[in-house]
Amino acid sequence: MKADFRIPLAVGAALVLAGIIAVGAPHVMGDYFVRILLLMALNSILVLSLSLSNGFTGVFSLGHVGFIGAGAYAAGILSLTVQQKKALLPHLPDLLNWFSLPFLPATLTAGLFAALLAVIVGYPLMRLSGYFVSVATMGFLIIVNVVLINASDFTRGARTSTGVPLATTLPWVIGWLAVTLIVLSRLVYSPFGRRMKAVRDDTIAASAVGISVLRARLIAFVIGAFFAGVGGSLYAHYLGSFSPNTFYFAMTMNLIAMLVLGGMGSLSGAIIGVICVSLLSEVLRSVERGFTIGDFTVPALFGASQIVLGFLFILIMIFRPKGIMGDRELTFGLSGRSAKNNHKEGKDR
Amino acid sequence: MSQFEYILQQVINAVSLGSLYALVAVGLSIVFGVLKLTNFAHGDVMMVGAFTTVLLIAIGVPFIPAMIAGILASALAGFLIERIAYRPIRNAPDVTRLLTSLAVTYILENLGILLFTSSPRNFPLPDMLNSSWQLAGGAITFTNINVLTVALTFVSLIGLGWFITRTTVGLGMRAAAEDMSAAQLVGLDVNKLIIVAFLVASAFAGLAGVLWAAQAGVVQPQMGFTPLLKAFVAAIIGGFGSISGALLGGYMLGALEIFIVAFLPDPVVPYRDAIVFTLLIAFLLFRPGGLMQPNREIKL
Repeated sequence: MKADFRIPLAVGAALVLAGIIAVGAPHVMGDYFVRILLLMALNSILVLSLSLSNGFTGVFSLGHVGFIGAGAYAAGILSLTVQQKKALLPHLPDLLNWFSLPFLPATLTAGLFAALLAVIVGYPLMRLSGYFVSVATMGFLIIVNVVLINASDFTRGARTSTGVPLATTLPWVIGWLAVTLIVLSRLVYSPFGRRMKAVRDDTIAASAVGISVLRARLIAFVIGAFFAGVGGSLYAHYLGSFSPNTFYFAMTMNLIAMLVLGGMGSLSGAIIGVICVSLLSEVLRSVERGFTIGDFTVPALFGASQIVLGFLFILIMIFRPKGIMGDRELTFGLSGRSAKNNHKEGKDR
Repeated sequence: MSQFEYILQQVINAVSLGSLYALVAVGLSIVFGVLKLTNFAHGDVMMVGAFTTVLLIAIGVPFIPAMIAGILASALAGFLIERIAYRPIRNAPDVTRLLTSLAVTYILENLGILLFTSSPRNFPLPDMLNSSWQLAGGAITFTNINVLTVALTFVSLIGLGWFITRTTVGLGMRAAAEDMSAAQLVGLDVNKLIIVAFLVASAFAGLAGVLWAAQAGVVQPQMGFTPLLKAFVAAIIGGFGSISGALLGGYMLGALEIFIVAFLPDPVVPYRDAIVFTLLIAFLLFRPGGLMQPNREIKL
């Protein structure tokens, strides 16, 4: 079995498009749209990183946001200036308080930190299946939250962390999205990717034919965590100020909604899910603030947009549990014979 | 204050907290037992009961009838959730059902925010329940609401025990929990049994919600979240799906939390929840059936 290059080709085409948007958008569009575009790209990285374990390997983790939070805090601490560290985090250990990293190394370190955390957490937890792994990873998320709130020497506790340089720009995010897409598409549509999907579709059969279930799950979990950490760093450098509860259940719910809507077994589906949910919540949010048509005033209804999203989510679960894309990929017609064969094999299963 | 009185005070605290955990965990376990569903919406069903009670007290209804109405409102909420959201996906994979219950949580919490805003509201507890008992010259104190919590927990659990061992419907519910398709084969109306399970579990959630809010003194839309997470831990420690296990797990968790706060050094205390959830993970890994189902195997 050789890796399938057609889908990365389609990914490449998508990336050229994204690159043009990244460079051109700020010149053509207003700040508001650039911000939405940036958030979509950022959420795409996060949802793609989530899809690796939750979608392709069948380990439904509820703890992914823990890695995003860990990455955000790690990168935030690293990229504060020395003066800021002395002022904001006076008890920071000497090892960390004498230097300040630029954006890219801080982000890479955050990714590696999250990946290391995933190795430690995943090695025991990836032995679990079904809802047990969901509940256990949820426990991990809560532990991360408690630690972030209480390790105030590093994090300022429950107070808002501020002063992280606002380095995240649209080209940076699109660039990282490109890296994420390339790595994940090579991984998912490779022999190893087939092993991951085999583990998802039938764990017992997969281990019977000699696939190491633990290894497949762990690798997916760790690579997912790396990009979650990277995304966390981008998020931290986008927001500038955040608190431990930024990275908690609300974010978890949001990312899961995007993943499930788009389709859990598809990279392009993940991005489509992000786009749909982002646009929908943007529209709903403007409705939620209240508006006036003629003499008729609709009052502000805070929470209404989430309720609509929640109902939409349940409808998807009932009527289209595989999401918009299911296992299929959007290939812009670039898929050659190889990808088509893949598709057939998929049907035979 | 002597060492003995301090310890006795902590035991009282542990029993009071453990009762609340046990009430929530029992409801979670009933639903999990019958449907194999990790019902995240259970915490929000608590919230429905607590808010109903508070609103009724606010318009002048006395505490006890308001509490009963709150419990009924929770039962109704549980019934509707099962009917609208869970029944259509009853045979779907685990993950689909877990996600649906998360979505229900999301809807109910935001509905609460929409109707009542997310700021906490006062729980108007009658003075009679707020008055405290002081023993041993003030070394040991507890309030009537603590007494009421423990008493209602005992009464309701004895009632539940009678229901599931002595009535036809209760026995049917246990049969369905044991083996759904076998229960169907011998002619039990599984739909009806699941509805009963949800009504009972949600009534327990309602009772727990009212008592939790009464002890905390406030209600707010997200109030069900913390008890829900703790009840997950309790139910899994005891053995998820086992009612006696949920009971045992609830009291053990209550005791553990009070022990951490009362007897461990100060720097450790804020990490209480981290310790509790580490315990959860340890149980899932090494004893997934909890204390009551030692032989259950769920690895890989």
